[in-house]
Amino acid sequence: MPFIANTKAQREQMLAAIGSESVEELFADIPPDLQCGELNVPPGLTEQEVRTRIAALADRNSGGLISFLGGGFYDHFIPAALDAIVSRSEFYTAYTPYQPEISQGTLQAIYEYQSAICRLTDMEVANASLYDGGTAVYEAIMMALRVTGRRKVVVDETVSPIYRKMVRSYTSNLGIALVETPAAEGLPDRDAVAEQIDGDTAAVIVQNPNFFGCIDDVTDLAELVHQRGGLLVVSCYPISLGLLKPPGQMGADIVVGEGQSLGMPLSFGGPYLGLMASRLKYVRKMPGRIAGRTVDARGRKGFVLTLQAREQHIRRERATSNICTNEGLCALRALVYLSLLGKEGLVELARICAAKADYLRGRLLAVPGVTMRFGHRSHLNEFVVNLPMAADKVIRGLFGRGLAAGFPLVRYFPEMNNCLLVAVTEQRTKEDMDFLAHSLEVILCG
Amino acid sequence: MIPEDLSYSEQHEWIRAEGKVGTVGITDHAQDALGDVTFVELPVTGAELAKGQEACAIESTKAAVSVYAPVSGKVVEANAELEDDPGLVNSSPYGDGWIYKIELSAPAELTSLMDAAQYGDFLATEGGH
Repeated sequence: MPFIANTKAQREQMLAAIGSESVEELFADIPPDLQCGELNVPPGLTEQEVRTRIAALADRNSGGLISFLGGGFYDHFIPAALDAIVSRSEFYTAYTPYQPEISQGTLQAIYEYQSAICRLTDMEVANASLYDGGTAVYEAIMMALRVTGRRKVVVDETVSPIYRKMVRSYTSNLGIALVETPAAEGLPDRDAVAEQIDGDTAAVIVQNPNFFGCIDDVTDLAELVHQRGGLLVVSCYPISLGLLKPPGQMGADIVVGEGQSLGMPLSFGGPYLGLMASRLKYVRKMPGRIAGRTVDARGRKGFVLTLQAREQHIRRERATSNICTNEGLCALRALVYLSLLGKEGLVELARICAAKADYLRGRLLAVPGVTMRFGHRSHLNEFVVNLPMAADKVIRGLFGRGLAAGFPLVRYFPEMNNCLLVAVTEQRTKEDMDFLAHSLEVILCG
Repeated sequence: MIPEDLSYSEQHEWIRAEGKVGTVGITDHAQDALGDVTFVELPVTGAELAKGQEACAIESTKAAVSVYAPVSGKVVEANAELEDDPGLVNSSPYGDGWIYKIELSAPAELTSLMDAAQYGDFLATEGGH
């Protein structure tokens, strides 16, 4: 709703027209404790004053830290060409096309994005995107409930605790049975998961690499859940798929993921990108928009929004989702990013991240008192180290040296007080990593 | 064209009861209103349905609608032919385009449905839109 300025004279004119003496009299029916009263709003500032004020506030942020933060969001390099392409006015709208066929370019971009996600995950169909990785997990759960007609969902502890919190919140009033299985040394505990899969289990949700950075082959879990008529949902980190076995080859039925690493800058809360791909046989239960390729009456190639009977504007309250938009601009960024990187570039990028993480791991473990947590598991670019003292204390110390050393796992896992989750991308140089190891040694050993 | 031997619901389903089992489809009027049917989401065999409950859904080029159970019972068969040829709902609504078979749990409910003449009147008045 726009703010429409009005003068005192105009307000009096309006009050006179409706026969009210004053604004106070007009709102007299609202109990006093619910009235907003006088607002503590300072007088207006000039543009110049606002700029000075905001710049001073922004300066209080800690910019320019050398970051080893991960936990689902990664500091990957974004080529300048990406911004140049997505900023073209033909593309520069994030909004979902409701008269879609007039926007052939937008539809073609969405179609190509879907194709890229299918190839990356080795799945048969992808939608035009969802909000972010967490809501994508929730939508995958809802989809599994529709496909199976069942009411129980099993989420493993190794799935991002942020996603698990979102799922608990989103599903709290749906009357479904949401079960979280405890991890065993950094991976899903097969026995604990198996115990929870019964005739009412719609889906098992896992993540690969998982929140602790451990790599898993969940083919056995797919077989297990399929035997009992449920679906396997795998949340993935798209950059990792340059090297790792894709979820589709492990038997996943629905693949979701946070698409931030595909050309989205890190920012507090987004906008990010929810990836979702599925087996073709479940496409009618899939949420979100889907672009399809077809031919027109004269046989020329064209693009359409397809399978719209799943969506709100046709199916009303029976639609597959209340998400009626997509992250169009973010999906376009992902497409352009993947196109600029190319097939070999993606493999190379994942390899560089893994190699750098391997180097940093060696450097950190050489610091007295630092040990590897889940060291017998495989890792790509993220891993957990045990420190000889509380991780958040160490993080505060390193912060003073210009380092964002990693994520303190105690925030979501109370028993992991000394555990630090460290992520490495191609952006971190050897000097950065040497500096982190050196600084850690100074802090721990004095 | 409203066959004499069927019973009709206000949601434009027909049912042909033979013994304990009834065959259900949508009427010629319904298929005509829907337009070209592109997909039939068949009911799950074994599903227990109460009279008036949603059994399955039909998509056409211009709409998507629910198909309800005209009577209570258990779904014993779904017309698998419709998976490959959903257009049968248009070309043969009372024949090969049947949708599912239901084992009646309360056969007396059949008397609450309309016969052909009543359905014809229904279409001519309120249901005819």
